Amino acid sequence: MNGATTLLRRIGARVVEGVWRVGFAARFFMLVLLYSGQSLTRIHLTIREIYFSGVLSLLIIVVSGLFVGMVLGLQGYETLQRYGAAESLGVLVALSLARELGPVVAGLLFASRAGSAVTAEIGLMKTTEQLKAMDMMAVSPIARVVAPRFWGGVISMPLLVAIFSAMGVFGGWLIGVVFIGVDEGAFWSQMQAAVDFRYDIANGMIKSVVFAVAVSLIAVFEGYDCTPTAEGVSRAITRTVVSSALAILALDFVLTSFMFRG
Amino acid sequence: MGADVDNAFVSLEGVRFSYGDREILKGVDLSVRRGQVVAIMGGSGCGKTTLLRLIGGQLRASSGRIEVAGHDLSRLGRKGLYALRRRMGMLFQFGALFTDMSVFDNVAFPLREHTDLPAETIRDLVLMKLNAVGLRGAERLQPAELSGGMARRVALARAVALDPMLIMYDEPFAGLDPISLGVIGQLIRRLNDALGASSIMVTHDVHESLEIVDYIYFVADGRIVAQGTPDEIRASKDPFVHQFVYAEADGPVPFHYPAAPMGEHLLGRSTA
Ligand SMILES: Nc1ncnc2c1ncn2[C@@H]1O[C@H](COP(=O)(O)OP(=O)(O)OP(=O)(O)O)[C@@H](O)[C@H]1O
Ligand SMILES: [Mg+2]
Repeated sequence: MNGATTLLRRIGARVVEGVWRVGFAARFFMLVLLYSGQSLTRIHLTIREIYFSGVLSLLIIVVSGLFVGMVLGLQGYETLQRYGAAESLGVLVALSLARELGPVVAGLLFASRAGSAVTAEIGLMKTTEQLKAMDMMAVSPIARVVAPRFWGGVISMPLLVAIFSAMGVFGGWLIGVVFIGVDEGAFWSQMQAAVDFRYDIANGMIKSVVFAVAVSLIAVFEGYDCTPTAEGVSRAITRTVVSSALAILALDFVLTSFMFRG
Repeated sequence: MGADVDNAFVSLEGVRFSYGDREILKGVDLSVRRGQVVAIMGGSGCGKTTLLRLIGGQLRASSGRIEVAGHDLSRLGRKGLYALRRRMGMLFQFGALFTDMSVFDNVAFPLREHTDLPAETIRDLVLMKLNAVGLRGAERLQPAELSGGMARRVALARAVALDPMLIMYDEPFAGLDPISLGVIGQLIRRLNDALGASSIMVTHDVHESLEIVDYIYFVADGRIVAQGTPDEIRASKDPFVHQFVYAEADGPVPFHYPAAPMGEHLLGRSTA
């Protein structure tokens, strides 16, 4: 009885704490939007973050996209040729990437490569009192530090998703057409005929923007909200990666169920 | 009362502050006039940094009144507070330099954020400030390449970059060799006089501060327990002041954070 009460209490406390945090995050999101003016008027602040989050993530995105596309090429060919539909390989590769794999896999990679770095940087600035010092100089840390990093992520991630998908299609072509010998004309023409700009590409882009907002918000929030100690920063980084992954997968399900009902 | 309350630039009346259940300040009265350099002294952990944070508006007092330049801090919104902070400089206890910027950019930061001065003017101002702390040659270094004492001197240059009306120093002498210590002490005095500013300095260095300050407050157990001009302090018979000035281990200032007796603690009977 006593044990059960304690357990219930603990679960209750966890839930209440979780709800509080979501509330804080929502308030924080509003503040970031409110203080975003400087990120636009002093665009070099944001460009710097696009460089750190976006440009420096290029390599991992390009390589991963290529491999994912090559695997799609192998697996897709293996299945399609059973039904004599190997020419549709291009369609399969392009649709999988544009609708799902591009936004989701690139989003997960972005969260672990760039999101974690943003959390670590903001968390360390908090730990070493740099944010407080900035606040004492009448410079808002949300406007000067948080908002540019948020927008840097929101701008770079959809671009990375596009690059990821393009590399994936290239990888599928490399395996399907160059190595296995699927007819090149059919590969491209079927892809062009079957992939719809609004239905497939635009919906994929919407997904990538939504994921970008979620991942960037989680990354800056966890950094800003961390306990200012070495341990607190390391926990915050873990939480960024875990929450971003969960957020991407959950949002993906919700968006997919609205977008692709056939 | 040595301080003239009417003419005060900074004044605290009955200020209380708690972290959670622990009351750190239990009613502090203090005032700083324009042009004065005031030292705050007291044992480690007695709430000196907290006091500076309250004056800077980073913490809110649970009761009492804090006034800076005629503004009641508790009535000031964010805009008002920021307007006031543009005229304040604060040297943080651990420097708090921006680690993603060079020494030069750190000192230039407040100038670039708050003024529209052309780059050459900013460059001249920054080099002047760095020269004053003896680190003009270090402008290109990154904070990670500085020693602790150098980092604090850069932070000092940054704190005064905008020629503030109120300068707060949290242990400006910690980690300085005796030569830099004397130079920085003189610098604090000269800056204050040149700008016509007011300075509040938290420090443990009794002898250096007796040389440069106008007034000294001693804090213990959340209250001001002694105060006076350097001459009054030197002549003081107060056991507290005596212990501080002559660095005696025994006296009213406890060296230990409150705890159960050592024997009990070691035997594990207490968790305090
Ligand atoms: N964020 C905090 N949360 C809870 N307690 C705190 C916090 N910061 C400081 N304290 C407590 O408040 C007291 C006063 O801290 P403060 O930093 O003002 O001391 P100080 O006088 O500056 O000491 P020192 O000379 O060592 O720098 C300390 O006992 C400390 O335990
Ligand atoms: Mg302190």
